[in-house]
Order: sequence, then structure tokens, then C-alpha cells
Amino acid sequence: MSVRSYIIDDRERKTFLLDREVLVSEDILRKEMAHIFGRCWIYVGHSSELGGPGDFRSRKVAGRPVIFCRDQAGEFHCLFNTCRHRGAIVCTQREGNARRFMCIYHGWTYGNDGQLLRVPGDDAYAEAFDKAAHGLRRPARFEDYRGFWFMCLDADASPLHDYLADAKDYIDLVIDQSPSGAMEIIAGVQEYDVAANWKLMVENSVDDYHLPSTHSTWLNFMANSGVRIEPPKEAGLVLPTKGLAVELGNGHFTTDNVNFRGRPVAKWIPLYGEAAKREIDEIRSELVSRLGEERAARVADTNRNLVIFPNLVINDGSSVTVRTFYPEGVGKMHVTAWALGPVEESENARARRLDAFLTFYGPGGFATPDDVEALELVQQGLANWSEDRWSEMSRGMGKESEQLNSDEHHLRIFWRRWNELMGAEA
Amino acid sequence: MTAPVAAKDLVTRAEVEDFLYHEAALLDEWRLDAWQELLADDACYYVPSNDQLESDHRSALFLIADDRERIRQRIIRVQDPNCHAEYPKSRTRRMIGNVRILDVEGDLISVAANFVCYRFRRYERIREYVGSYRYVLRRCGDSFRIKERRVLIDAHELGTLGSVSFIL
Repeated sequence: MSVRSYIIDDRERKTFLLDREVLVSEDILRKEMAHIFGRCWIYVGHSSELGGPGDFRSRKVAGRPVIFCRDQAGEFHCLFNTCRHRGAIVCTQREGNARRFMCIYHGWTYGNDGQLLRVPGDDAYAEAFDKAAHGLRRPARFEDYRGFWFMCLDADASPLHDYLADAKDYIDLVIDQSPSGAMEIIAGVQEYDVAANWKLMVENSVDDYHLPSTHSTWLNFMANSGVRIEPPKEAGLVLPTKGLAVELGNGHFTTDNVNFRGRPVAKWIPLYGEAAKREIDEIRSELVSRLGEERAARVADTNRNLVIFPNLVINDGSSVTVRTFYPEGVGKMHVTAWALGPVEESENARARRLDAFLTFYGPGGFATPDDVEALELVQQGLANWSEDRWSEMSRGMGKESEQLNSDEHHLRIFWRRWNELMGAEA
Repeated sequence: MTAPVAAKDLVTRAEVEDFLYHEAALLDEWRLDAWQELLADDACYYVPSNDQLESDHRSALFLIADDRERIRQRIIRVQDPNCHAEYPKSRTRRMIGNVRILDVEGDLISVAANFVCYRFRRYERIREYVGSYRYVLRRCGDSFRIKERRVLIDAHELGTLGSVSFIL
């Protein structure tokens, strides 16, 4: 059954408007749980977080408490962290290594492959009681692309590989930083709440239009640190260099920008210090010899903010961050962010990567707190939604030339996909 | 064996407390230029991620890992009206207690203290940052300079505390 559209997508008049009700309505949030989070592939974790057999991480994914773990044979699993007996959480540790997970309530014990191993006093059950049928439940689907593991609650969903569509090319570009093709999540997770609807974080993650106004103090800091911040040279640009917005299929999209802000791999800026020049040159040489000049330049000289629909962002910018977020109510989201780096990185290169991360990203960074402020101000302003109903998102629409990172083409891609999945007629 | 005892005699808890209370007042009053005068030339300011309290900022992702120059830049930023997360500025109120001198080595004094920092902003809920401060102070005449300032937040995650956009 189709429902009314939440967007006005008028290609003739080159106007795109979004109904603000989608950012404030409890009914729509409930519907998103089924239509978006119940059907899409949702990021669970990275293979590097589980080094060997028995390693586990417990976390919430799409609001579900899960255990992301490896069994004794080293196979990866995603198990619902809920006892089959009476429903208690069975793994209370955040991370560790375990052969078994025991529910503290009545002692039901599961293997790290989810199988039910032990039921205290199981002689009191009738013969029909089948332990083999009482393993920990798990999401319908659990697949990875090059170490990025996703779950899907919809058994009929297309495989992850197909779902990711052209986003795979941009994941590859991030992984190409590593000589062995192995990236790892670095210790230290940033978890914080933002008092705003989760979809505002999707927009914010790729919207380069906001940089000069929201992040002028970051631009000042870069300039103070010796980075040349030149005025934009072409019509429509708001940043010193050109960047594009690229559609990747199935609601995924990315920015693809000529870098001006420095790259720990492998574009030196004065902020990194003179002593770093030599090693960054070496990293660059390795990229060129392995990938060729052209691909090496793609890896080193462009920065990209990638959105995997609906709620995974991989920002390959001042550093690499893997960030996911999930609604906790219509006006609140919980954000989880990690840093990602090549496994073979030297101690100094790793330190530089982490330092570069903090120049922009995270709750103590020089930019993210102002993003959070902007999103929270939007949410506060939306209290007037019923009298001031439509958000304007037409920037760059219908333009003959390429779509820029400072246009709103990529935001429209998100909202069109979201609108479609919510069952609305476009 | 007598030297360490003599060194320990150079500093009293009351002196350290006076210094920390003074610092807290400067921070709560946003007198950040005066606060910077309390810092040594090689001062560092760290806030580890909530799950990495004992880690090194060179190998683990922190929330804040500033050297002296970065602190200078951070203060330029937070005093700018375009630092939106702190404009209007947060009102903060710090309570410091359980001050302990952990170690004295030469002119360096390691100090631990508990803190509660209440943060208020217009339209926003109260945020209570609870944790411990770890200082390395350097003796400087009849006062101290801060060589290292480490803030360990007790919460398992920042969660509703949101950002650390002010000097915690």
C-alpha cells in the first residue's frame, strides 16, 4: 500500500522539499524500524575487532543487543544477546575472549557459536525439549565485505555484495591505504548522544555546503597551522578545492574531493611537523609502486565522506573514521565512532593518524562539536514544523554540469531512497 | 635514603589544593588566558576515550590529546563566537576533592583529585561530568606549572554528556 510522499521532488521546477514531519514524528520513527532498519543491511563491526577464536564484542546494532564473536574454529558470528530461557542478556562484558556465555539467571550456557551447551537440571524437561533448537537466535543474514560485517533482519534481502553496489569501490579506496590490504579498528571508541533525529547525521556527514559557516574555527586553526586556505576559484564552490557528490546506488553516495586539508596517507601538511615529511614520502612511494601513479593519487590526494544507507559513514578525510548512529527516540541518536588505520602502520604514522583525527573529528575535536550543535539547533527549530513545514534541499538541482559536494544532490539521493523504502509514492 | 623524604617536604597538600582550586576558578570563569599562564611550556592536556583510560594517545583514539600548541589553538577556537558549541558559553561549576599527592620526583609532583563538573547551557539539560584529574605539576618558585593534565571520565561512554567542547 502506498502512502503520501514525504518529499516534493519537482524536477521541472528544480525544487526539492522535505516534509519536516519525518524528523519529529513518533509514528514515522516506528515505521522506520520496520521499513528501514528491518530491511536494510546494518553495520555490526570490523573483523579486526576480533583477533582470534573466542574473541567477542557485545554491542547494540539497530537497537538489538548482539554478540559479535568468533567461535573456536575462528568463524564470525552475530548472535542476539538474549537468553532463550527467559530473555536476559547473556554476555555482560563489553569485550573479551570466552568459550561460553552463561546466563546468570538460571545458568543456561551457550557456546561462542551460539549453541546451547548446558541447561542446569535438564532432567526436569520433557523429552520434546530439544537443546539443539534453543541456541541463541541470530539475525536472518550476516555477511561481510572485506572485513566490514553487516547484519540484515530480512531473510529475503539481496546479498550484501549486491546491496553495497558501487559503494564497494569507495570502500576499496580506503583499504588501498594498507600495503597488505588490511585495515584495523584502532583501540578507543567515541560514543556520544546527539539530541537530533538520526537522519540529520546522514545529511551532515556529506554536506560540504556547511563547512565555511559551521567550521570557520576549524578553517582558522588549519590556517594557523600553516595550511593554505585559498578562496574558491569556481562558481558554486565553497571550499578551496573542488569536490563532487557521487551516487553509488541503493541509496549510497559519497563526496569525492580534491584534498586541501592534509592526509596522514600521504599528503603532508605543516601540522604534521618537518620530521614527518620523510616517512610520508615513503608511504607515498609505496602507494605509487603498488598502485601506480593514478590510483595512488586517488588514495592520497582525495578525501571522501561515504554514506552506506542507512546509517554507516566512513569518512576518509583528516583521518579515517567509521561512524554509525541509531535513533533513541525521534529527537535523539546515539553515535559510535572508531578510527581505522593500516595494520602495518609504524608507531609514528599511527600517532600522526590519531592526532590528525582529533584535529577535526569527535566530541573533543575542532569541528564535530559544532556539527552536533548545528544538528541540535535544527531539532530545536523543528518544534515549529507544523507551521513551517518544508525543508529546502534544491541546491544544484537540475544543473547540467556535475554535482558538487556543496550541492544537495547527495542529500536528495538519501531522501528519495528513504521515501521509497517507507512505501511512499515519489 | 633521606633525599626523597626531603623532596616530599617541599610540597604540601594544602599548597596543591590551593593551586587546583585556583585553576578550577579560572576555568569556570572562562579566564582562559590567565589559565594558560599556569601551563608549562611543554604542557599536555589529555582526555582519553571512556574505554581507554589507561592507554597512550599515540596508540589509542582519545577524545582530546593536545600538546602545548594545540592547547593554544583550542583556546583561540573556544573563545571565538564562531565556536558554536560554546556560544553561548557553557556555564560550568567544578567541585574538586580527595586531592592526593601520589609522588614527588625532583621538581615534578604527581597529583590525583576527584572532580564533578556541572555544565549548563541554554535550552539544555544539566550535564554532570564525573571523574578524576591526574596532574604532573612542576615546582615553579612558590607555585606550580602544569606539565600534564589528564582527565579520566568515569562514565562508560560520553552518552548524554555529548561533547567536550570546553576545557574539562
